[in-house]
Amino acid sequence: MSESVEDVEFRLLLEAVFRKYHYDFRGYSRASLKRRLRQARERMGCATFSQVQDRVLHDATAFPELLTFLTVQVSELFRDPDYFRAVREKVVPYLRTYPSLKVWVAGCGAGEEVYSLAVLFREEGLEERTMIYGTDISSQALRRAEAGVYGLDRLALFTENHRRSGGKSSLSDYYTAAYGGAVFDKDLRRRVVFSDHSLATDQVFAEVQFVSCRNVLIYFDRPLQDRALGLFGDSLSRQGFLGLGAKESLRFSSRADAFETFDREARIYRKRGEA
Amino acid sequence: MTAARTEAVAVGASAGALEALSVVLPRLPAGYPLPVLVVVHLPPDRDSLMVGLLGDSCRLPVREAQDKEPIEPGTIYFAPPDYHLLVEPDRRLSLSGEEPVLFSRPSIDVLFETAAETYGAGLAGVVLTGANGDGARGLRAIRQAGGTALVQRPETAAAAAMPLAALDACPDAVALTLEEIAEYLRGMVPPR
Ligand SMILES: C[S@@+](CC[C@H](N)C(=O)[O-])C[C@H]1O[C@@H](n2cnc3c(N)ncnc32)[C@H](O)[C@@H]1O
Repeated sequence: MSESVEDVEFRLLLEAVFRKYHYDFRGYSRASLKRRLRQARERMGCATFSQVQDRVLHDATAFPELLTFLTVQVSELFRDPDYFRAVREKVVPYLRTYPSLKVWVAGCGAGEEVYSLAVLFREEGLEERTMIYGTDISSQALRRAEAGVYGLDRLALFTENHRRSGGKSSLSDYYTAAYGGAVFDKDLRRRVVFSDHSLATDQVFAEVQFVSCRNVLIYFDRPLQDRALGLFGDSLSRQGFLGLGAKESLRFSSRADAFETFDREARIYRKRGEA
Repeated sequence: MTAARTEAVAVGASAGALEALSVVLPRLPAGYPLPVLVVVHLPPDRDSLMVGLLGDSCRLPVREAQDKEPIEPGTIYFAPPDYHLLVEPDRRLSLSGEEPVLFSRPSIDVLFETAAETYGAGLAGVVLTGANGDGARGLRAIRQAGGTALVQRPETAAAAAMPLAALDACPDAVALTLEEIAEYLRGMVPPR
């Protein structure tokens, strides 16, 4: 089948976004990216992707709006409690043996995964020796992560998740309710750094013992997944841990050899030691 | 309906899905050459319930779909609970945690629309029992791409709303009983 006109326009739009704004979506899973871009097209009142392209090239204020459609921002604190339980019960005992720790939460969104790990590390007594880096390409999400404010309507779910993850304290110890939101304790952020970093275009920035990258790789095609996994491999110290989302695995990746399965159910892997 | 050879089957079901699928899927013979992609609405925490329940009675392998896996012929794939299932242009499956569509994740429309883009006239879409309107838009997309549209006859469905919505959106879809749908799917491939 020859490429449809819409597909041609779709590729050109991604190319334009990359050249003008240096955000590279060319290696994202095509089917869901195209759906989201069609929603953006409709929202922007454009008939074609070419019109969207024209708009974002000539009107810089249109790009942030487009960007909100290009990334998926769905998250929870202690999302998939079994993952955090496995981190707590199986990974933490290894991490305890290090005098100082660095954790990289790649694709941290609005910070839910970072705050979850910050609470978990405090509960396990590792907070003082740990630095957590939360990175994402969405500046909007990073601002929300810095603020650490979540809707009160979500707290019941977060509290239940925390409990099911084996939480040793009460989640309410870590936030105060104000302005219709739960504001997470600034103290939890003392050892957290949020910053802009793209798994598609940036390089490794630190040596870490644990990478948690959940529900990000499913939005990438395989070559881009491999790039990201290459960064994780380069960033992890020997025998470092890699945690993925509940439905992500290394199975179809050409980087699978660099890691061994640590906990299949929880999708936690371990970087192989050098031969 | 169409002269193009069918290359894949996509099925959507909601309320009453287990009973309906238990009639259709076990009737596909061993060696059936088409992949069958299935979206069922389930509460989010029921992990792969369908795979366990239907695996034993089917003659084709039944699996939960994994992100980026190549679509194999003669395999029945279920969308995992709480993820959309999509077909990529390179004929791999992908998963997504995007917002629910019509309150559903996985969404039948999302599967049907992305599968229609990849398979065009080579896709057969099947809408079974259900109490909502998911699948109607997707079935229309399948027809518009030249594919085959099948719908469970509403009066034979445990919940008629979904078949009715599908027929409304897609008046030239073929309405059949569950047994007839199985028969139709068998007939779409040349006898071996
Ligand atoms: C669904 S959220 C995942 C949030 C959290 N990790 C979780 O599992 O709940 C996906 C995040 O990946 C981010 N993202 C997308 N492309 C990225 C890239 N190239 N580099 C880093 N982050 C990216 C998005 O901005 C979004 O915040």
